[in-house]
Amino acid sequence: MLEKNTDGKNEYILQCEGISKAFGGTQALKDVQLHVKPGEVHALMGENGAGKSTLMKIVIGLHKQDKGTITFEGKPYQVKGPVDAINAGIAMIHQELNPEPHLSIADSIFLKREDTVGKFFLNKKKQNERAGEILKQFNFPYGPKTLIKELTLAQVQMVEIIKAVSSDARMIIMDEPTSSLDSEETDHLFRVIRELKAKGVAIIYISHRMDEIFQICDTVSVFRDGMFITSAPLAQISRDELISKMVGRKVENVFPKVDCKIGDVVFKAENLCGKGFKDISFEVHAGEILGLSGLVGSGRSETMRAIFGLDPITSGKMYLEGKEIKNKNPRSAINKGICMVNEDRKNFGLCLLRSLRENISLPNLPKKQRGILINQRREIKECEEVAKQLTVKAASIEHEAFSLSGGNQQKVVIAKWIMANPKLLILDEPTRGVDVGAKSEIHSLMCQFAAKGMAIIMISSELPEIMGMSDRILIYHEGSINGEVTRAEILDSTATEEVILAKAFGGK
Amino acid sequence: MLGKIKAKSAHNDSLRMLMGKYGIGIVLLIMMVVIGIMEPAFATSNNFINVATQVAINGMISYGMCLAITTGGIDLAVGAQLALTSCVLGVTITNSGMNVWVSCFIALLVATLFGLLNGVLIAKFNMFPFVVTLSTQLIIRGLSQVISGGKAISLTSDVFKNIYSGKFLGMPIPIVILIIITIIMYLLLHWTKFGRYVFAVGGNVNAAIASGVSEFWTKVGVYTVSGFLAGVAAIIFTAKTGSAQSNIGIGYETDAVAACVLGGTSFAGGIATIPGVLMGIFIIGFIYNGMNLIGVSSYYQSIVKGCVIIGAVLLDMVMNKRNR
Ligand SMILES: Nc1ncnc2c1ncn2[C@@H]1O[C@H](COP(=O)(O)OP(=O)(O)OP(=O)(O)O)[C@@H](O)[C@H]1O
Ligand SMILES: [Mg+2]
Repeated sequence: MLEKNTDGKNEYILQCEGISKAFGGTQALKDVQLHVKPGEVHALMGENGAGKSTLMKIVIGLHKQDKGTITFEGKPYQVKGPVDAINAGIAMIHQELNPEPHLSIADSIFLKREDTVGKFFLNKKKQNERAGEILKQFNFPYGPKTLIKELTLAQVQMVEIIKAVSSDARMIIMDEPTSSLDSEETDHLFRVIRELKAKGVAIIYISHRMDEIFQICDTVSVFRDGMFITSAPLAQISRDELISKMVGRKVENVFPKVDCKIGDVVFKAENLCGKGFKDISFEVHAGEILGLSGLVGSGRSETMRAIFGLDPITSGKMYLEGKEIKNKNPRSAINKGICMVNEDRKNFGLCLLRSLRENISLPNLPKKQRGILINQRREIKECEEVAKQLTVKAASIEHEAFSLSGGNQQKVVIAKWIMANPKLLILDEPTRGVDVGAKSEIHSLMCQFAAKGMAIIMISSELPEIMGMSDRILIYHEGSINGEVTRAEILDSTATEEVILAKAFGGK
Repeated sequence: MLGKIKAKSAHNDSLRMLMGKYGIGIVLLIMMVVIGIMEPAFATSNNFINVATQVAINGMISYGMCLAITTGGIDLAVGAQLALTSCVLGVTITNSGMNVWVSCFIALLVATLFGLLNGVLIAKFNMFPFVVTLSTQLIIRGLSQVISGGKAISLTSDVFKNIYSGKFLGMPIPIVILIIITIIMYLLLHWTKFGRYVFAVGGNVNAAIASGVSEFWTKVGVYTVSGFLAGVAAIIFTAKTGSAQSNIGIGYETDAVAACVLGGTSFAGGIATIPGVLMGIFIIGFIYNGMNLIGVSSYYQSIVKGCVIIGAVLLDMVMNKRNR
């Protein structure tokens, strides 16, 4: 553990001073500082692109700072990469998960610190046993030999958490660890965090979910546009103050729900069955925002993927504007006017190596042609417009998608489907990793589109979001719909968070 | 300040991106200067026309290869396609006395159909492009031996030979073909829906499908175009040698892959530019030409070629790393 110097000066486990970092022409960090004490949960907050992930990547040696010094446990600290950092006592859960799909859970947990017999041979048996124990501690539903590719995004996230926690690090960086977890899994994570805290482990916690920050963190540091703004104990700062420090202005309303005229039925599902869901029937009307709530893995995303033509439907019927339809692949869904923002932006949302422009226009190209060639001038203009509308922070739309911060990548995914202007827009976790300001922006866009007569289905694991934005909420439990709540019920408080959660857990 | 599109730094960055993409152009320049100093005969317009004429054949094949590599595959059948097309030309023109243009059309059709076959096998059954084209290559070369009887067929038609030796507006026809195909390929890859789909499928196939791109048609299109271009290369080649043989084109895929890699085409898929590949084609051409002029024996030529490719790729990696 950390020894305090006699003069008491060295109360910090991590001290970053005067860190600057530029990527080409983009100044990601300008002279920022961060001081973390052992045994504290330190929130790092800021808008999308503020430089949070960049600083953390510098700490674990993925990027090298242009200027500035880092001190860890009182000693100057310099690492060449993540493996070095783990050996020095710092582990990180990344925002953009990057697991090797063909590894087993055990291999993934012990990657780069494998149990070996002699120097070269892996001791698979011991490794699996150890992994099994750890997984059991976390109540993880799969064994150590399961392959990563069989897991859902939330489960992969849990494996990453387990991996970091089990590494005996003295400081753990969590970059949006809950972005794909539901409330139950989040609670579990918080229990783990409290245990770690009691052991004196320092945690840097990055999240855009205000509730979580106030629930679990002790101190907060705020960045804006690559600059350090302030640092304060959370007990001394209010939610609104925190937001205005982050955004530099006031955000009036995170859920600017506008009630608009609910029109005819746009889409209707009748007894849809498929992998992960059964007997799903519902209707969604023009101008309506239909929320889907439930635990992660309850079949919400699976249903929507099937409707969008990504997965097969085994039985049941769907109707669009009264006509029966079948979607054998996403192209046929898009042609009919059904679009979907996928929850997994890295695998199903973006081609990270290509530019923002190409990503945004990819599904919309058939509409952008002049003869057989693409009308590039119009394309550029339209892409810049949506990017601006969604406040995408990028130096230019010609930049590759990977160079954007996580939240900005999410905005790009939304941009490409907004441009398609569908009849039915399916949004699966549309605001994951998006900062408060932009969240409010996306929400008001949703209302604008609804007002124009679009039907919207939104999946979200954030209850306040679902309750704040939906006209109607369907609650999933284990692959089928277990109840419905209307906006009126939410407004007159007959349907509270507890009621929805109870239904999500299978109650009445 | 919520996000905005900063136009100011965009200019700077596009310069940087250009450098990253075309750093290979510097290699090309350095090479030309060095060879030019060592051998004055190199830097003459006659020699440049000569090189351009010669690289036209590899150029056609490289563009096809570039498409295949960009979707994350490879087309190893191009060398054999060259032989088959050549033999079809020989059989139809010399043996059956067909009209030269009809015969060229048939030959191109055959090459395109085999490209289509590659594409369907790869896309429909999700087989590895490496394995598929390695096998069809054997079939295609076998077929060319069957139809030619394993013998060289000489082509004496002046109209046909004129395709290589003739001139159009004072320019050798192979160069004209190279220019036309380069422009078409540039438009195809960078200005059409198909080109975008090629990048998307190669960059992230799941995201491409979820954006409504058909993986099947994109891949089929890519290998079909590659087949067609191999056919064009074969016509130029056969017109040059004046003889159709079933054993030509062996190892041509290597030069094509080399040109692609030099031109910044990523084997991981999703990244390529036609100007880059064109520069790659010329680098390969200048290596051969320069060393012939200097008088390096062909054994050493091969060694030098290998070294230049590795060097260029390393340089490219260093440059791109700094950029990211
Ligand atoms: N590899 C890279 N190449 C170029 N620019 C980059 C790269 N990584 C980050 N940037 C830029 O640096 C800035 C800070 O990005 P960073 O990922 O640190 O933001 P963040 O605070 O983590 O945001 P978010 O909340 O969206 O995750 C952004 O403007 C981003 O575009
Ligand atoms: Mg981030």
